[in-house]
Amino acid sequence: METYTFLRQLADSWFLLAMFIFFIGVMLWVVRPGSNAKHRDTANVVFRHEHKPPQSEDLER
Amino acid sequence: MFARRSKLGVRILRGTDMANYIKLTVLGLVVLFAMLGASFARDLAYQAHMILIMIVAAGLFLWILRKTDEPVSAVDLSHEYNDGVIRAGVIATAFWGVIGFLVGVVIAFQLAFPVLNFEWAQGYANFGRLRPLHTSAVIFAFGGNALLCCSFYIVQRTSAARLWGGNLAWFVFWGYQFFIVLAATGYLLGGTQSKEYAEPEWYVDLWLTVVWVAYLAVFLGTIVKRREPHIYVANWFLLSFIVTVAMLHVVNNLTIPVSIWGSKSVIIWPGVQDAMVQWWYGHNAVGFFLTAGFLGMMYYYIPKQAQRPVFSYKLSIIHFWALIFIYIWAGPHHLHYTALPDWASTLGMVFSVVLWMPSWGGMINGLMTLSGAWDKLRTDPIIRMMVISLAFYGMSTFEGPMMSIRAVNSLSHYTDWTIGHVHSGALGWNGMITFGCLYYMVPLLWKRERLYSLELVSWHFWLATIGIVLYAASMWVTGIMEGLMWREVDANGFLVNSFADTVSAKFPMYVVRGLGGVLYLAGAFIMCYNIWKTIRVVPEKEKSFSTAIPAE
Repeated sequence: METYTFLRQLADSWFLLAMFIFFIGVMLWVVRPGSNAKHRDTANVVFRHEHKPPQSEDLER
Repeated sequence: MFARRSKLGVRILRGTDMANYIKLTVLGLVVLFAMLGASFARDLAYQAHMILIMIVAAGLFLWILRKTDEPVSAVDLSHEYNDGVIRAGVIATAFWGVIGFLVGVVIAFQLAFPVLNFEWAQGYANFGRLRPLHTSAVIFAFGGNALLCCSFYIVQRTSAARLWGGNLAWFVFWGYQFFIVLAATGYLLGGTQSKEYAEPEWYVDLWLTVVWVAYLAVFLGTIVKRREPHIYVANWFLLSFIVTVAMLHVVNNLTIPVSIWGSKSVIIWPGVQDAMVQWWYGHNAVGFFLTAGFLGMMYYYIPKQAQRPVFSYKLSIIHFWALIFIYIWAGPHHLHYTALPDWASTLGMVFSVVLWMPSWGGMINGLMTLSGAWDKLRTDPIIRMMVISLAFYGMSTFEGPMMSIRAVNSLSHYTDWTIGHVHSGALGWNGMITFGCLYYMVPLLWKRERLYSLELVSWHFWLATIGIVLYAASMWVTGIMEGLMWREVDANGFLVNSFADTVSAKFPMYVVRGLGGVLYLAGAFIMCYNIWKTIRVVPEKEKSFSTAIPAE
């Protein structure tokens, strides 16, 4: 089979499906139960360690 | 002592000295090659670049030679951030911004008044040579330096770790400036492969690849040694920007040099494939350089300046995946009604329209971060800049999908509507968010109490906003007029207007556009003055740190 024909078929079928499933999977993963607390914590990362990294004594969590 | 003797009596070199010897060897070889290149050069751009490379490499050789075999003090810096390179990046951003805007104003008036293409400067400073200088200066020099310094600022603070790789970040910074100088001088001297946003020739491309891999290493290395469990969303956007630009740059610049002693090269892609690769590159340069990277900035600096976390972290993750999954397919909309197969340009059009959704999702996420703090818009001109940048982001990401529709494109393509669209995105979104980020960072980086003057920030805000409005409005009018004039036919089916008719009809709008550019440039000068005064005049902050929040 020609490279073009092969790639064209792959792009139209399995690879398209794989990418779509991955994409939907990400959406579902984001709204999984229990993600709220984690996301709230992560959204506040910007307000920590603004001026220097944590010193070796005070290790994070 | 710089060298010790082991028990066996063998002289052991310190690691840094060994590294210096390797650097000296490489630099010596580079100087030698550049000397050969300068004398064998087949064209002016190559010759000038080889002389430039020779001087820089020789200077670096001497600089490293002076440091070699000298004692170095080993100081543990892991307990503080590497902010020096960010300060340099802030200065470079402001400097290149002014240069890029200035060249933009010059070429705007060259279009309105062709006499400004001076006879004595033909072949060097006429419109055709200056235009790529302007686009590259604002996108890669101004925007690129903004991305460089902001990404280093963000990744350290959200990873709670010093930049990985020691002085590698400085190599990235100076290497990137050298790339800019090579690109800019190359355009003026005619060294160009005439691909939009990818004009630099093969040896400049190779150099950028080296610098970019180092950039990726510094960024990724810092993320790997992070002290926060999660990778904050801004870093996802910035990482996708770095990785995708590397991929785009390499694929779009697969060229074979005609001679190693000349700048001319030939691309390996034939015909329509070359066009498709070019606009896959070109549109994703917009999508990942000017959008994903700047969204990374948006997701850090807006929450910081508004002092509240991003509106919805979930939405930001969905925004990220939707944006990168969809953007990469939108390129073919640049090639409607060409030799490109219809299915490909339809694909590009459909994905461009779908792209509207994640773009507006992101805009809403940024704007809603201010919910409950909208009063800050009255008191804080920096937040105002960030908000108007999101407004322009929303506007140009609505205009873009609309223009990608084939029927609309048949009117808008090749007209100044496209130029207006690009500038409402670039001046409005990229420019305004960058100004906001610089104003936010300067007092923190130089440990000043506050900005020199918030009133000057307000002046900058209004000058820039009015400038953009003049620019975009005049380009809408002239673009649509131009498109309509080109397609106007009389009762017998003959074209009514010649090309020169459209050129003379566009004159008033060209003048208005130039004035808009002058206002925007004036705002940038005010910013430079404000930053300069903040660094030189505002007293240093004592031990206590806080962000630059205006007095309410």
